[in-house]
Amino acid sequence: MRRRLVSRIGWVLCSCAFLLIAVPLLDLVLTVAIKGASAFSVKLFTTSSNGVTGGLLGAIVGTTVLSLGALIFAVPVGVGAGLYLSEYGHNRLGAVIRFLSDTLTGIPSIVLGYFSYITMVIGLGWKFSVLAGSITLAIMIVPYLARITELSLQRVPVAMREAAYALGAKERTVAFRIVLAAGRPGVITGVLLSLAISVGETAPLIQTAGWSNYLWTGKLTHEPIGYLTYVIWTFINQPNAQSHALAFAAAFLVMLFVLAINIGVRIVLRRPH
Amino acid sequence: MKRSSPFRLGLAAIALVIPAALVLIVVFLIQYAWPAIFYNGIRFVGTIDWNLGNLYANPVIRHGVEVPLNANYGILAFIVGTLFSSFLAILFALPVAVGTAIFLAEAVPARFRGALSMLVELVAVVPSVVFGLWGIYVLAPLIAHYIGPGITAILGFIPFFDIHRSTGSGFGLLAAAIVLALMITPIIATTLYDALLQVPRELRESAMALGATRFEMVIKTALPTVRVTLIGGVVLGLGRALGETMAVLMVSGGALNYLPDTIFTPITTMAAFILSQLDSAFQDPTGMAVKSLAEIAIVLFIITLAVNAAARLLVRGAGLVRNV
Repeated sequence: MRRRLVSRIGWVLCSCAFLLIAVPLLDLVLTVAIKGASAFSVKLFTTSSNGVTGGLLGAIVGTTVLSLGALIFAVPVGVGAGLYLSEYGHNRLGAVIRFLSDTLTGIPSIVLGYFSYITMVIGLGWKFSVLAGSITLAIMIVPYLARITELSLQRVPVAMREAAYALGAKERTVAFRIVLAAGRPGVITGVLLSLAISVGETAPLIQTAGWSNYLWTGKLTHEPIGYLTYVIWTFINQPNAQSHALAFAAAFLVMLFVLAINIGVRIVLRRPH
Repeated sequence: MKRSSPFRLGLAAIALVIPAALVLIVVFLIQYAWPAIFYNGIRFVGTIDWNLGNLYANPVIRHGVEVPLNANYGILAFIVGTLFSSFLAILFALPVAVGTAIFLAEAVPARFRGALSMLVELVAVVPSVVFGLWGIYVLAPLIAHYIGPGITAILGFIPFFDIHRSTGSGFGLLAAAIVLALMITPIIATTLYDALLQVPRELRESAMALGATRFEMVIKTALPTVRVTLIGGVVLGLGRALGETMAVLMVSGGALNYLPDTIFTPITTMAAFILSQLDSAFQDPTGMAVKSLAEIAIVLFIITLAVNAAARLLVRGAGLVRNV
């Protein structure tokens, strides 16, 4: 009887634990969604901010430019490295690359940002710029991309590779036309998740991309650029209500984007191919 | 030994970009911080006084390097802040994560499991700055008006838990620890959840056959078999908490040069300090302040490296690596 009671209490505690984490997280999502959505207006998407109020056009463009810029650098390297690790990486070199790649994943983004700050922003004299920001984000996401690519390519059956080789296909043809084609959903998942990381990143961008109220003019260096996460961080500390509304709108936009990516990933992975 | 084709060598060259980046990061950080490492010596981690010195007086030469008058770079307070907030976060997160994982893996019917675990997984990708936003807007007022006085009412006879001995703003050690706990609980919970689902059916059935209740089976049979994975998950979460910047910066209250004497006192962590001090450090004409910040980055790097290496060894040792 006592044991049954203890078990009953145990289950209650477990469900309490679930509520203890679920309620704050739900509150976080709902607070941001409600306050963010109520700040949405046409002006928000058509004008740039003027310091503490205004719209988010400049920041939306900036986040897009920085994240896509990061993908331009990261996808060739990350997917290439993943391909190498999966197809030819079963040796000592592969093990070393795998280990160091995991190490790179564990480095706090603020440390990466500081590295970029002293090398690119100061060292190369690029100032706060799109290029410095994009490369920093790229360094962050490359190891993720490499490992996700490797894992998804490893699931491609060996028989498919053997069949292609038996038909006389070259190594390059097998890698690109057979393995990468078959593992494409996994690779796309990796790219989407890296995009989500880039869009949500803040600290290393403050050190490398700076902040600007104006629309990006297309310069890669010597010009700072705005982005959504910066708005969240600074505008919530302003004393007026419009700034707070902008911060929540920016947060809601970022969360919507991350949510869309998550749904996208599930669709990509579920689709029969 | 088969001769390597140009294609294979090309791919290897691309893959080597990753280790090269890591080496570059380490080399450049150390090279940049070298004068600071040399100048600061052991005082860097041994004193709590971070003082940029007199930036308007002429710099003085000490130990052969040029530094502002009376400058001292001691980061002990930030190391304490980092370790203390992360430790508290683990303390909060661990029981909640274990309970959540058990609840999701053992108590919830399989058809709801997907939706609930998706909710938990989704949190892993919410940007940390959004956690900070929620911390400023919801959590800090909550601590100042309800949680803080509540804790004081129960444990207030211990000075460490007395909110009246702090500013009472809600921003501080407790807020930082709670936000960090919210961020790492899903990491620990999903690691444990995956491991629990893989506990062999035979083990469960044997326990039940011996007359254990379902809860006893989970606690005494399933949980011990995934112990190592749990520790790995905790250390993984610890690695995340130690390096977290934005969320902590936003709710920690930004203390300088003192150690927290209550759980409500403002603190600063190493990561948050690097970001918040970049502007003012740049005012130093000798550059020693910026170089000392680089030294903080190196210390943080070493700590997280050790923690993550430990986590990886533990999780791999358990043979349960969570993929994708």
